[in-house]
Amino acid sequence: MIRVTNLVKNYGDFAAVKNISFDVAQGEIFAFLGPNGAGKTTTIKILTTLLKPTSGEVEIDGLNPAVQHNEARKRFGIVFQDPSLDEELTAYENMDFHGVLYKVPGKIRAERIEKLLRLFELWDRRDSFVKQFSGGMKRRLEIARGLLHTPKIVFLDEPTLGLDPQTRNQLWTHVRKLNEEEQVTVFLTTHYMEEAEKVAQRIAIIDHGVIVAQGTAADLKAQTGAESLEDAFLKLTGSTIRQEEASSLDQMRNMSRMFRGRRPGGR
Amino acid sequence: MNAVYILWLRQVKRYFRSRPRIIASLGQPLLFLVALGFGFGPIFQRAGQGSYLQFLAPGVIGMTILFTAIFSGIELIWDRQFGFLKETMVAPVPRVYIMAGRTLGGATVALFQGAIVILICFAAGFRVTSFSGVPAAVLFMILVAVMFTALGTAVASLLSDFQGFQLVMNFLVMPIFFLSGALFPLAGLPKALAITASLDPLTYGVDGLRGALIGQAFYAGSLDTLVLVVIASILVIAGAYLFSRIQL
Ligand SMILES: Nc1ncnc2c1ncn2[C@@H]1O[C@H](COP(=O)(O)OP(=O)(O)OP(=O)(O)O)[C@@H](O)[C@H]1O
Ligand SMILES: [Mg+2]
Repeated sequence: MIRVTNLVKNYGDFAAVKNISFDVAQGEIFAFLGPNGAGKTTTIKILTTLLKPTSGEVEIDGLNPAVQHNEARKRFGIVFQDPSLDEELTAYENMDFHGVLYKVPGKIRAERIEKLLRLFELWDRRDSFVKQFSGGMKRRLEIARGLLHTPKIVFLDEPTLGLDPQTRNQLWTHVRKLNEEEQVTVFLTTHYMEEAEKVAQRIAIIDHGVIVAQGTAADLKAQTGAESLEDAFLKLTGSTIRQEEASSLDQMRNMSRMFRGRRPGGR
Repeated sequence: MNAVYILWLRQVKRYFRSRPRIIASLGQPLLFLVALGFGFGPIFQRAGQGSYLQFLAPGVIGMTILFTAIFSGIELIWDRQFGFLKETMVAPVPRVYIMAGRTLGGATVALFQGAIVILICFAAGFRVTSFSGVPAAVLFMILVAVMFTALGTAVASLLSDFQGFQLVMNFLVMPIFFLSGALFPLAGLPKALAITASLDPLTYGVDGLRGALIGQAFYAGSLDTLVLVVIASILVIAGAYLFSRIQL
């Protein structure tokens, strides 16, 4: 369903993703784990047509997202790591906007919006402006929106960021249900190892733009002789804290790139 | 097509919901009208040019549309910074449609704003000399609105944050306004300024408006229209191209 072969992505002369390859089968839940700045979001952006790869091939349901953008875009739904709502619109309007862009027919759209907003307990607040929502409510709305057009593939980039335990539970239960009942393929990232272990059938660990291990949670533990996935993760990626790699020098480069009219930095 | 509509609707909704912004953006035209219109009125009259307020009003209308349209286009930077742009960029809709919806929405907002300023001009004493020119005036307003929304979008596609914004204001928007003949007659200008003004697209918009509303045009109405249509088309195409190349 997702195939990545020798993918490389450089931002200027900084290599964010260095020649990674992996496959995700149809109907699989795949966790992409790694420390801050490892290259997870960058990979997701390439898979979801937001960025062009420097080199290498990616495939989504047999399509090349860098070329067949629109066909590829129909296949997936995404929950971004960073905010992506229109705060000046209401919760319902944000959902409706999404439904129209994805050509969900009117009646079905209304039904699904209600179902999802109820599921994530936002129905009562549907006519409130998003700017009045708490962080967790915004997150829930983004998740509900990402599922609205019943995509075949769902990308979840740290979907549980800022969510309370109740909602996290709700989310993963729903994701597993979608996966079991509708064979939705799920590509997720998270920094909560126990979530990944519970939900994902297969895990890849990326560090400094390189995949350092792949397999089931049991494989990874066996491979490192660790007790828990968290220990395995730490053994594979070391225990030093990652600093933000964009130094002031990078920022100056971004500035100059801005004037040359190319994609500057800032996430 | 629904995509174009929903993007248009979003811009318009956002506009009507931000009343403080609407009111704030009327301050500047009002100031121009009152301070310049009445301040320079006597001199203008003595120079044998008639009423300066009559002359200035189309310029102020053009200015309002210019500023609102450019800002509507530049709003793209907000959407990028607040993240909403990602949502539209992963949707299975050709980016040309997204750009079209945004541009029409921004142009609509600029037209509303222009319409309000017309009312203010009336209140200040501006009078249209022949009502048969009104449809032509609306056409000129639409062309100016579309042209500068597209320009704003094109520029915003090249910027990722507000660091370049001041640069755009001072080296693009302000010169377009001040060099356009919105404030002064085009006849009898020093050569250098005459040439500069003739290269400024807003010149033709304001001149067209002046011709349509008060029958005082410098160029022929057909020339104004032709120049505006050609430049608006070029800017829309350039804006669509740059927009489609955005990476996030
Ligand atoms: N637009 C950009 N310009 C320059 N460098 C960037 C840009 N976006 C990301 N980077 C750099 O690329 C690297 C990978 O970033 P990415 O966002 O993919 O990390 P991540 O694995 O998602 O991390 P996190 O867990 O913190 O979300 C980081 O070092 C980051 O600083
Ligand atoms: Mg990330």
